[in-house]
Amino acid sequence: MTAPLLQLDNIEVIYDKVILAVRNISLKVAPGSIVALLGANGAGKSTTLKAISGLANAERGEVVDGRIYYLNRDITSASPHSLVELGLVQVLEGRHCFAHLSVEENLLTGGYVRHRSRARLTESLEKIYHYFPRLKLLRRNQAGYTSGGEQQMVAIGRALMAEPKLVLLDEPSMGLAPLVVEEIFEIVHTLNRQQGVSFLLAEQNASIALKYADVGYIIESGRVAAEGTTADLKNRSDLQALYLGLEAA
Amino acid sequence: MEFFFEVLLGGLLAGVMYSLVAIGFVLIYKASGVFNFAQGSMVLFAALTFVSLLERGIPFWLTFGITMLTMVVLAWAIERFMLRKLVNRPPITLFMATLGLSYMIEGLAQAVWGAQVHGLELGISDEPLELGGMLLSQFDIFAAGVAGVLVIFLSWLFNKTRTGISLRAVADDQLAALAVGIKLQRIWLIVWAVAGFVGLVAGLLWGARLGVQFSLSLVVLKALPVLIIGGFTSIGGAIVGGLIIGASEKLAEVFIGPIIGGGIENWFPYVLALVFLLVRPAGIFGERAIERV
Ligand SMILES: Nc1ncnc2c1ncn2[C@@H]1O[C@H](COP(=O)(O)OP(=O)(O)OP(=O)(O)O)[C@@H](O)[C@H]1O
Ligand SMILES: [Mg+2]
Repeated sequence: MTAPLLQLDNIEVIYDKVILAVRNISLKVAPGSIVALLGANGAGKSTTLKAISGLANAERGEVVDGRIYYLNRDITSASPHSLVELGLVQVLEGRHCFAHLSVEENLLTGGYVRHRSRARLTESLEKIYHYFPRLKLLRRNQAGYTSGGEQQMVAIGRALMAEPKLVLLDEPSMGLAPLVVEEIFEIVHTLNRQQGVSFLLAEQNASIALKYADVGYIIESGRVAAEGTTADLKNRSDLQALYLGLEAA
Repeated sequence: MEFFFEVLLGGLLAGVMYSLVAIGFVLIYKASGVFNFAQGSMVLFAALTFVSLLERGIPFWLTFGITMLTMVVLAWAIERFMLRKLVNRPPITLFMATLGLSYMIEGLAQAVWGAQVHGLELGISDEPLELGGMLLSQFDIFAAGVAGVLVIFLSWLFNKTRTGISLRAVADDQLAALAVGIKLQRIWLIVWAVAGFVGLVAGLLWGARLGVQFSLSLVVLKALPVLIIGGFTSIGGAIVGGLIIGASEKLAEVFIGPIIGGGIENWFPYVLALVFLLVRPAGIFGERAIERV
């Protein structure tokens, strides 16, 4: 088996020095794969992603135990900036577009760390517009006034501007109509196949996540309750009703 | 009628001076969501440093450069020893910190440069100039020109440069800015340095007008109604707010003053600001939060 792109060894995350949000999570993301983190509200999915990207610190969270490795480096206490430099970017839950910036300016901010020259930046921008043609039409619009689905595209496009190897995608389906969710996941799928971008995505919508992911982890109260290939998970009857909310097959 | 226009224009020009101070507030408010009480002290500190160096015989532009460098060092120290320690704290904590900062900067200015009043001569005469039958202050016209150049520079900075776009991104959403790899500390340093630069320009113009002395830090009190009218988040708003305050206080002084007694100039802006607060709390150009999911 090839070395994993990302590996978490027994991490424990605490907010405000007292709130234990993630107790013991280990997981792996193989290069070129899509991995899903599933689980209910408050299970610890977002916290896990923010621990990886270094953003937990900005919310007074801290990885107090365990190690995180990316590209065979220990990144447990790396800054978000240095991780973006290494091609690891997070798309936050709830999209977090820069509301008063235009769509194009939003995208540009994503490319600043990795692209020094104006030419490279423009090149990257054209690539994003290729995958999200709708964003090209909206480029001059204020991001805050675009629809939820469009904002999700902006958020993903912005992350892709950094030409990442791994994108941490938090609840891309949140608050979107089923058709739009399908559209977003199709783009994720295409990016994965064509550009080789790996995704670690957190989702409450298990059915759509399992449809597109290769591997899944089910998180419960800050621990891994089950893991396996998506085919296996879908067939395990004990999980269906409990975690996945799927119709029994 | 001609007299009316003369008063109006004179007021507008004087208002630009208020705008200059207000712009310093807007910059910092945009980037870190905090009302920087110390902006007035920065104006004073810059002017005092400038005039003291100039009095020691250092040439004008060199003095300008050294003073600017001092403001950058000040910004660095503020970021390093204050802002960095206070990330993620509520805005009121930051506000209190700038309150303390304001006294520290004033104390520093006094310790280094002493407390006496200095005259500052920028070489622009305050002789009135006749334009189309109206008498206008040359100095005010000069100040308006400087403010115009400053605003053009700032809008280029904000809209066309990486630094500026990153800065607006930080203003919108700090977490997302971190997520794309923007270094908040660098942005804060730049914003405070630019606010220091704006403070220097304002300090020179106000200093030349009033003399460089400790009461200079009180010009912030005039910036407050400007900010309330123009909004805390818009440089354009700071300009328009300044113009409205400048024009209306002069018109009130000249045309209403004789009826209800003089000295209107001193309180009129605050009454006007109060009216605006009641009618339009975000100011004319204030950014409304975009609520949309
Ligand atoms: N900034 C924070 N400060 C304190 N506690 C937090 C913070 N963020 C999350 N928590 C707590 O950590 C636990 C895990 O939350 P997290 O957001 O990781 O869950 P999640 O699986 O992403 O849930 P959801 O599906 O609702 O997004 C919860 O109990 C939550 O209350
Ligand atoms: Mg979450």
